[in-house]
Amino acid sequence: MALTNDIIKQRLIEKFGEQLSNFSEPYGILTFEAPKELNLKVLNFLYDDEELKFRFMTDLTGVHYPSEAGRELAVVYHLHNMVDNIRIRFKVFTDINKLDVYTATGLFSAANWMERETYDFFGIKFVGHPNLKRILNVEEMDYFPLRKEFPLEDQTRIDKDDEMFGR
Amino acid sequence: MSRPVSYNLINKPLEADISIVNMPDGHQGEGFFATTLNSVIGLARKNSIWPLPFATSCCGIEFMATMGSHYDLARFGSERVGFSPRQCDLLMVMGTIAKKMGPVVKQVYLQMAEPRWVMAVGACASSGGIFDTYSVLQGIDQVIPVDVYVPGCPPRPEAIIDGVMRIQDLVGKESLRRRNGEQYKALLESYGIQ
Repeated sequence: MALTNDIIKQRLIEKFGEQLSNFSEPYGILTFEAPKELNLKVLNFLYDDEELKFRFMTDLTGVHYPSEAGRELAVVYHLHNMVDNIRIRFKVFTDINKLDVYTATGLFSAANWMERETYDFFGIKFVGHPNLKRILNVEEMDYFPLRKEFPLEDQTRIDKDDEMFGR
Repeated sequence: MSRPVSYNLINKPLEADISIVNMPDGHQGEGFFATTLNSVIGLARKNSIWPLPFATSCCGIEFMATMGSHYDLARFGSERVGFSPRQCDLLMVMGTIAKKMGPVVKQVYLQMAEPRWVMAVGACASSGGIFDTYSVLQGIDQVIPVDVYVPGCPPRPEAIIDGVMRIQDLVGKESLRRRNGEQYKALLESYGIQ
């Protein structure tokens, strides 16, 4: 029997019960939230289970939701089951003042650079990462540019007349 | 109605077998010609500039067209594009320079021997262009001194050639003492060079 989103959801609820929340299927991809302490347990379960077999990490990234107090930063995991060609996505949320999230590098080597990128742009500290330093931006950068409180434009320019740029 | 095709049919008579630059002002008589060392060296330098292309994006493609047979930068004495900064006179920075690339541009500039000139080709190299963002250097004049800016996004080969001709003007008219002068030292000092 082919693997479907309903079966995956059922298996996850059997294993983790009430701890997983906000199940939805935008664009047909099963999406849910997990507490950040459980991220490795969920990843391991999805990897090891003989039926689910989510053994390829497509993407790992961050999102900043400045309006949601206490859960401002999200880490998003995208996984792929290569055998049944099914994708899954889940998010863990963290407080902007407590940025520790367990690293997934032990399970997926692909997570290494993607976690460095997420650290580079959002400042999320991946506990246990072997080499957590900036990957894309200049090393002297002292802020995390994709957080919403920082404007996109370069703030060091002095020749800029806001009126002429329609701002 | 389709537009009539026009061919370049004007038959321009050849003025001379070899084109030679005009001689500088000076005094001449039978068997001698006297002029300033400045203008002789300027003449030699401006007609044998070796460009170093530092091409990072679409302006670099326009530069390739400029070097090609249709536009032919070789007509201006820049036949030989050097790919070693140690051999070149003119650094042509073409394309977006990210902040992470800034130290590389500066390093290349430092490796060039004096006298050296710099041309910023295109909006990105001149001012950051449309990339007004945290990751892009807002003009290469933040890290190295620039002699000529070529506007455009990207500039056409004609514009790049015009920029090269302006560099030639600067090179030809430059005083031999300029690079030892206080003003030039202060300029380099302001970029933290030497």
